[in-house]
Amino acid sequence: MRTLALIRKELASYFAGPLVYVVVGAFLLATGYRFYTTLNSYVTFGFGMNILEHFWEDFFVNHIGFYLLIVVPLFTMRLIAEERRLGTIELLYTYPLRDIEIMTAKFVACFLVFMVFLAGTLLYPLVVYMIQPFDPAPFVARYVGTMLFLASCIACGLFISSLTDSQVVASSCTFVLLLLFWIITWNEAAVSSTLLTALSQLSTFDHFFSFARGVIDLKDVTYFVLFIALFLFLTLRSMEARHWRGRR
Amino acid sequence: MIDVQGLIKDFGTTRAVDGVTFSVRAGEIMGLLGPNGSGKTTIMRVLTGFFPPSDGRVTIDGLDVEEHSLAVRERIGYLPENVVLYPDLSVRRFLTFCAEVKGIPARTRRARIDEVMVACGLTEVAGKLIGKLSKGYRQRVGIAQAVIHRPQVLVLDEPTVGLDPRQIVEIRTLIKSLGGSTTILLSTHILPEVSMTCERVMIIDYGRIIAEDTAEGLTRRLQGSHETRARIAGPREAVLRTLQALPGLEDVREEPASDGVVAVVVRSSQGDEARRALAEEVVGNGWGLLEVRPLPMTLEDLFVRLVRSERESGT
Repeated sequence: MRTLALIRKELASYFAGPLVYVVVGAFLLATGYRFYTTLNSYVTFGFGMNILEHFWEDFFVNHIGFYLLIVVPLFTMRLIAEERRLGTIELLYTYPLRDIEIMTAKFVACFLVFMVFLAGTLLYPLVVYMIQPFDPAPFVARYVGTMLFLASCIACGLFISSLTDSQVVASSCTFVLLLLFWIITWNEAAVSSTLLTALSQLSTFDHFFSFARGVIDLKDVTYFVLFIALFLFLTLRSMEARHWRGRR
Repeated sequence: MIDVQGLIKDFGTTRAVDGVTFSVRAGEIMGLLGPNGSGKTTIMRVLTGFFPPSDGRVTIDGLDVEEHSLAVRERIGYLPENVVLYPDLSVRRFLTFCAEVKGIPARTRRARIDEVMVACGLTEVAGKLIGKLSKGYRQRVGIAQAVIHRPQVLVLDEPTVGLDPRQIVEIRTLIKSLGGSTTILLSTHILPEVSMTCERVMIIDYGRIIAEDTAEGLTRRLQGSHETRARIAGPREAVLRTLQALPGLEDVREEPASDGVVAVVVRSSQGDEARRALAEEVVGNGWGLLEVRPLPMTLEDLFVRLVRSERESGT
């Protein structure tokens, strides 16, 4: 009940400003452009390949996934940092609210805002389907994967936002951290194969990739769930820090 | 209603509150007076559960603020210092959020919000964004969010800071109207404020209570002001020389004035006697006495006097 009230307040704040509209617009413009050009190049040069399978794999990982990674810090940076800077955190902490309720509301509200982004991307498979119908089943996996990846990015951003008063610091640190988890296995030649195996267990890119191929693997689901749980746990600890540090 | 025993709060190596003990009866308006940085806000933040005390015991309505944090926070309304609310929410949206979070049942919520907006004079700005409101209106929104759930205890940190004189009067009237049914603790660094709104006053400095008095008692202490401002029409050199020679005047400080007029602030522990002597001397010399006015005691004066009397009683 109290959490719902907080979620409504968060959503009201998001949609009061221009940020959501501008960024959704930019996101759909960028992904839309890449959708058109990538599909075009696969159709033109992809002889002998299963064009559609490869195209969707490429599109979800390199475009939807990566653009989300860029956009998420813009939305998570304000979650707690702004409340601290404005001083409104003092209201929240002195209202009859548990820390976990505040955190859950911020996490869920941000996630809901990103559902607008994902709803926009449904257009792309729909366009292809109208030209050439296909089996929609893999898209369940693709969207489940995208949502899990998205939730992981938000959890990470929420934690970093709880550490600082500065939104610029919060967004840049979040971006760097998310990027690190994304590209950690990209230079395969630089590390030994055993290390690579270990690193690929940590990589958001590798785990997201199997979803993008249209497969839901319990291993990948577990990875993202643990990733989210870890950062939410750290956020809670960071919020509770005022009890032992005694500062704002 | 509020009971504080030996409250200590440390930030790292700095001790912000150093062993404060006091209690406030139900329905009483208690003022917390002290300069900036004296520990007022820290005491209030402990009371409202923002952070726990380093040592000591604080109870509200018999409930420990640490053990029963949520229950205590349900009973308290808090207006933080320099309240900045969510600038991108409208007044009604924000108060709805507060009402929901503070557990006002859905049936009565709308009526209660309307009632609070009338009481705080917010009805005409209900649909405006908080960020677009003037400072005075924002302060009223701050008070509205604090009282919306009819808390037993109201904690107001500098409720009139940054307001213009008319708004200050309005806010004071609002606070006074809440007294009796609600226990109120309010802080300020403006001296006249406490005597106008509070029944009892606590004066704190460097995290300690240095005096506690009723509002009347404090007013009485304030009337014996030591400083007098005088404007005298006469030759500057002679006037100053005469005043400095006058017995009973401890200090004569000249202030800027127009031509042919000498403005001075004189300090004396004899109050009215010194003013009488000064007037007689000026008139006796045939100069014009344009103004003799006891200056209201400033917080600094009061502090100097309290700290001095504390030291004297200590030795």
